[in-house]
Amino acid sequence: MTDMASLMEDRAAAKVISDNLHKPVDWDSPKIARNIKKRYAAERRFKMYGLSAIALALLALFVLAGSIGSKGYTAFFQTYVQLEVTFDAAEIDPDGTGDPAVIGKANFDGLIKQALRDRFPDVTSRQAKRDLYAIVSGGASYDLRERVMENPGLIGQTRKVWLISGDDFDMLNKGYISADVDEGSRRLNDEEIAWYDSLKSDGAVEKQFHTRFFTNGDSREPELAGIWGAAVGSLYTLMVTLALSFPIGVFAAVYLEEFAPKNRFTTIVEVNINNLAAVPSIVFGLLGLEVYLNVMHLPRSAPVVGGLTLALMTLPTIIIASRAAIKAVPPSIRQAALGLGASPVQTVTHHVLPLAMPGILTGTIIGMAQALGETAPLLMIGMVAFIVDIPGGALDPATVLPVQIYLWADSPERAFVEKTSAAIMVLLAFLVLMNGFAVYLRKKFERKW
Amino acid sequence: MKKTLAVAALMSVAFAGAAQARDQIRIVGSSTVFPFATAVAEEFGKTTSFKTPVIESTGSGGGLKLFCAGVGEQHPDITNASRRIKKSEVEKCAANGISEITEVKVGYDGIVLSNSNEAPELDLTKEQIFLALAKIVPSKDGKSLVDNFYTTWSEIDPSLPDVKIEVLGPPPTSGTRDAFTELVLEEACDEFPAIAALKESNSDQHKAVCAGVREDGAYVEAGENDNLIVQKLEANKDALGIFGFSFLDQNGDKLQGSMINGVSPTFEAISAGDYPVSRSLYFYVKNAHVGTIPGIEEYLAEFTADKAWGDEGYLADRGLIPMDAKERETVRNAAMNLSPLSM
Repeated sequence: MTDMASLMEDRAAAKVISDNLHKPVDWDSPKIARNIKKRYAAERRFKMYGLSAIALALLALFVLAGSIGSKGYTAFFQTYVQLEVTFDAAEIDPDGTGDPAVIGKANFDGLIKQALRDRFPDVTSRQAKRDLYAIVSGGASYDLRERVMENPGLIGQTRKVWLISGDDFDMLNKGYISADVDEGSRRLNDEEIAWYDSLKSDGAVEKQFHTRFFTNGDSREPELAGIWGAAVGSLYTLMVTLALSFPIGVFAAVYLEEFAPKNRFTTIVEVNINNLAAVPSIVFGLLGLEVYLNVMHLPRSAPVVGGLTLALMTLPTIIIASRAAIKAVPPSIRQAALGLGASPVQTVTHHVLPLAMPGILTGTIIGMAQALGETAPLLMIGMVAFIVDIPGGALDPATVLPVQIYLWADSPERAFVEKTSAAIMVLLAFLVLMNGFAVYLRKKFERKW
Repeated sequence: MKKTLAVAALMSVAFAGAAQARDQIRIVGSSTVFPFATAVAEEFGKTTSFKTPVIESTGSGGGLKLFCAGVGEQHPDITNASRRIKKSEVEKCAANGISEITEVKVGYDGIVLSNSNEAPELDLTKEQIFLALAKIVPSKDGKSLVDNFYTTWSEIDPSLPDVKIEVLGPPPTSGTRDAFTELVLEEACDEFPAIAALKESNSDQHKAVCAGVREDGAYVEAGENDNLIVQKLEANKDALGIFGFSFLDQNGDKLQGSMINGVSPTFEAISAGDYPVSRSLYFYVKNAHVGTIPGIEEYLAEFTADKAWGDEGYLADRGLIPMDAKERETVRNAAMNLSPLSM
């Protein structure tokens, strides 16, 4: 029935069209003009949708970058306090030996405390002294020791020295602690704020570029905490990941694309690879825990295990990208090579792979960037940990950049808030660099035909 | 050839500093004890010739599982816990050859219910908190049990402000949530005759009612990140948050702790034991590893020194509530003698 009806309709429509075809088109008729207007409007609307999509994406990006940047940029600067430190010979090197071993053991912390007491002589109570000492970071004594070790001539002199400040004092100087609120509900009492004002009016408080942030490992003191340990951990982890997943991924892709017979077995392999690319990363972490730690007894928290685990995760990405790149090489290139007498292996290594390389590298770097941002699988193998020492190799305990961000975000100290944002900026910078490198490689090796 | 060399070079760099016998203490466990343990570890690394211990934040239960997996350098030496070890865990340890464990009580941690200091300070009882947060509550006439129907605080008690009940807190996987459930909800629930009556008739249901937290949106699981809850409280003046005392201590200019049973969560009130929602923190040491892994005894000495866990120690600065001097002395002696735990 319906077939009949629709056939009738079609006929009627065809008749209208054929009738119209015989009539000359009146381009100025109001109907045509309306129609054209409508089509132009539709086109403008379509462009508008596209533009607003881009605008929305850009806005989101700006809000994200803005909120991270505005919170985090202060972490690249650190408050320093200038104090007059007496490098008392009786304290540092009483026998005048000049022996670095003796100087290294001296109580530099005591010198700083003495300098603070000299600056504020009317502080007497035990609690007030504790507060006073908190102006300068616990790490400052190590700086002072280094300074004296480098220049033993300082011993016996009195010098004005810039010392790294404690985290609460730093927060006050950066304006994160307001002096206006009730004394009981802020981290610093009125006396401490008075000391700050006194030092500030002497010009003895200054923000300096915070190099430690880029050279130190983790610390529980926000002013001493740095990302270098995590960055090195990430580097070792990615090196292991790359060394493993790149060759395996490329070989797998070449075999599947160029040599594998099309049968049920290869179809199953293909489907599985595509599925693996969508498996949540925590599953790879559990696999890593079981295989590498429980069966192979590799050390916990080591970048080598992290790298092996992340290699499993990035393999499907690399294989899929490489296969696409190899498939995009025109068959005429293979036919020409084979026609001139090259063996299939020569065809692949001399012609197909070099031409597919830009695509393969882009896929690999995107896989690596994914691995760089991953924390979930690392939780299982013990890389979510507090590690102070900078790892010296892939078997030393280490953590990675995103884990460092997570750990700082979870710390109660107020000063870690800005450190978290700063660490995010560093991670983003790494990602932008890696993606930029991918674009560069593509542009450099790209061949048009 | 060149490529092979490059790969070889890469690998040798990566594997430099190959594994010898472990010369570094490994610690796992509670995320609540983590900030204190890391502070001690850092100080220990700086002031002794030993390497800084590696500390993983795995949660109390996860930590004890790893700890009890066996003796040997691939297993951790110490685990932190925000609750006491369970009998079943001691038995599991023993089954894996870990017969001697030293228990070290570290101090106390208060769990606070807090809101923005621009909102009025609340004075709550445990029963009121139960009525606000439990999944199942006694009906108005108190005779039967119904799904939680309270939407504002003033419905629970007219003296409380007329604002929507909205509490941000940790998810069930968190030790803080366990402790909050145990110390507030489970204690309060038997104050209601209708629930207390269940205890005899149906103890399974009684347990479920006492520990069940409502899931209709009034209690928001805000993730394990306490800083996130702090930020959300700043933005939302009507909301309350549940987290550890150290976060309130750090953010006293933005937040205030609600009184519970008439006591404010202050350092003094928690350490005196007046504040009702506080718990003990512990760590456990595998005695078999002492002597094999260097530095464990020295780490114990660092942790139990007054400059660390004392009234004015650096752990108190980070929000740990110390035990009194006498108890510290007892625990320190037990720890230094490695007196094994018996349950």
